[in-house]
Amino acid sequence: MAVQFEEFFRVDRFPHVFCPGCGIGVVMNCFYRAFNDSGLNLKDTVFTGGIGCSSRVPMYINGDMLHTTHGRAIPFATGLKLANPKLKVVIFAGDGDIGAIGGNHLINGCRRNVDLTVICINNNTYGMTGGQMSTTTPHGYLSTTSPDGNPEYPFDLSKLAAAAGANYVARWTVRHVHELVKSMGKALQKRGFAFVEVASTCPTGFGRRNNMGDPVQQLEWLKSMSVRKEKMDEEEIDQMDLNLQGLISVGEFVDRDRPSLQDILSSKKSKVKP
Amino acid sequence: MPDPKPGIEFMQGNDACTEGALAAGLKFFAGYPITPSTEITERLAYRLPEKGGVFMQMEDELACISAIVGASWAGVKAMTATSGPGFSLMQEGIGYAAMTETPVVIVHVMRGGPSTGQPTMASQADIMQAKWGSHGDYQVIALAPFSVQESYDLTVEAFNLSEKYRVPTILLSDAEIAHMRGRIDIPARIDLVDRKELCSEKRGEAYKVPDKLVPPFATFGHGHRSFVTGMTHNAEGDIAPEDEKVQEELVRRINDKILKSQKDISRFEIVNPDAKKFIISYGSSALAAKDIAIEDEKVGLLRLKTIWPLPEEQILSVAHRARSILVVEMNKGQMVREVQRLAYSVGCKAVRFVSKLGGEAPRKKDILPVLKKMEG
Repeated sequence: MAVQFEEFFRVDRFPHVFCPGCGIGVVMNCFYRAFNDSGLNLKDTVFTGGIGCSSRVPMYINGDMLHTTHGRAIPFATGLKLANPKLKVVIFAGDGDIGAIGGNHLINGCRRNVDLTVICINNNTYGMTGGQMSTTTPHGYLSTTSPDGNPEYPFDLSKLAAAAGANYVARWTVRHVHELVKSMGKALQKRGFAFVEVASTCPTGFGRRNNMGDPVQQLEWLKSMSVRKEKMDEEEIDQMDLNLQGLISVGEFVDRDRPSLQDILSSKKSKVKP
Repeated sequence: MPDPKPGIEFMQGNDACTEGALAAGLKFFAGYPITPSTEITERLAYRLPEKGGVFMQMEDELACISAIVGASWAGVKAMTATSGPGFSLMQEGIGYAAMTETPVVIVHVMRGGPSTGQPTMASQADIMQAKWGSHGDYQVIALAPFSVQESYDLTVEAFNLSEKYRVPTILLSDAEIAHMRGRIDIPARIDLVDRKELCSEKRGEAYKVPDKLVPPFATFGHGHRSFVTGMTHNAEGDIAPEDEKVQEELVRRINDKILKSQKDISRFEIVNPDAKKFIISYGSSALAAKDIAIEDEKVGLLRLKTIWPLPEEQILSVAHRARSILVVEMNKGQMVREVQRLAYSVGCKAVRFVSKLGGEAPRKKDILPVLKKMEG
């Protein structure tokens, strides 16, 4: 049964904190649609996040909410999910939260294949603190802490999640709304660790410093930079060099059904105790 | 492995702590290997799943404390165990648990520091860290066991207090107590306290705390649409990080609920209450001190089981009666400053100090020469 917009979101908390032109609104809209199609129940769903703009999303959703410490949403959610497997646990995280301070938790969460759905909103910057470089800021791009251009190389978070063992990994930009809704839906239904990365916009923190202050410019940038995974494969572009060439591969990277941690623990329990 | 039968057993301190936790209703444990607490993690790896609970070895101690807080919001009793460097990493999550009023138990088996220090040797140099380790104004409850028996009993107490006050509670053990093997009398039954659930009609120990100081717990999945955040929040959970009044009320309340309950939380032992010379000690530092007090009726002992909130009433009462006080602890001076502060306030200026460093608990020969010089 469809949940009304006013019922799904905590509209009493609006207006939200997100800047005009921020991609998070698109992500929230897509997630709302995916959740509605999933048949899941808000009462049995916990929304959690760490610290940052993306981690604020759960504050506007009308389920139980755990707004945690910076980078640690995955271990909080791991404890929560294993302590009550009946709960559906969804994490909203940013690239700063999950790719830097929480990087260790991300790879270990994937490795464990815990039943969690992670929506990672990657805007290539620390938005909440005003636009510092993050682990996904493209090489050479400007930020308040890389005034001469980012001297480092970025992470490909989706490839990281795939290599670390997640059961489902997909990446789209905020321009790919239909694909995004579909992938979010799949992620919500998947047993094991599901990771959906959304290449998003931050006109205030990231765009402004890189000649894309107008939200539309940044959307155009995402459009011109994103290449379907299949095409990337054909053209033998070095995919590990994501963003070095300014390219963002999009698509479904992993869709497998390794037993989740919960599956394994449950079957073990029955063996120990008949 | 079956539950230990009620009655006399021979056990290691860490194992007694583990069994105490299971008896208290532990259902989720997250640990990371670290000496000298590892036996707790190892024993729970096979004991907890047998009892229908979940055991997790996490990637680090930040993840351990985070996972137990998450599990607690699912409505189960959760614990972690660590030592020195791991306890330092957990400070972030302890502050979060204090701010979100999450009942969790942290077993901290103190070892020599700073840094890697002495992994296999004891110390009591983290008692101030236990209180002040995370940023901001907050309170925890900390209990220090003195024997194998108390490693069991105080672990049960730690769960009960944590549930009652919705506060992270720390069992401040040390390497000496943790690895000590000795007699334990497993109780036939223990009293358990469960957190007060929002909208629940149930009555119990936790319900005796006024709602104004300890709000009822809104377990996830029970339809409360809980709103849990480490940001400054009001009673409804709404964030208000720039509201002076909300910040003041919240910080006052999470401090007051513990500080105003000192009487209920204080656990201690007194030997020779009328003595004029008094030793104040705790944990493994009190082992030799207790022997001295038992052998010499002119020497009193106040042995603190509750470290935080500080049992001020008992310390003041000793300071009123005694001519001189000797604090014995395994650090460069932590509890002694607290005792001085209280004793000086009632005119007792003779507070001496035995500071035992090196990793071994103080022996009689470390204490007796100082005691001899004291007024009594």
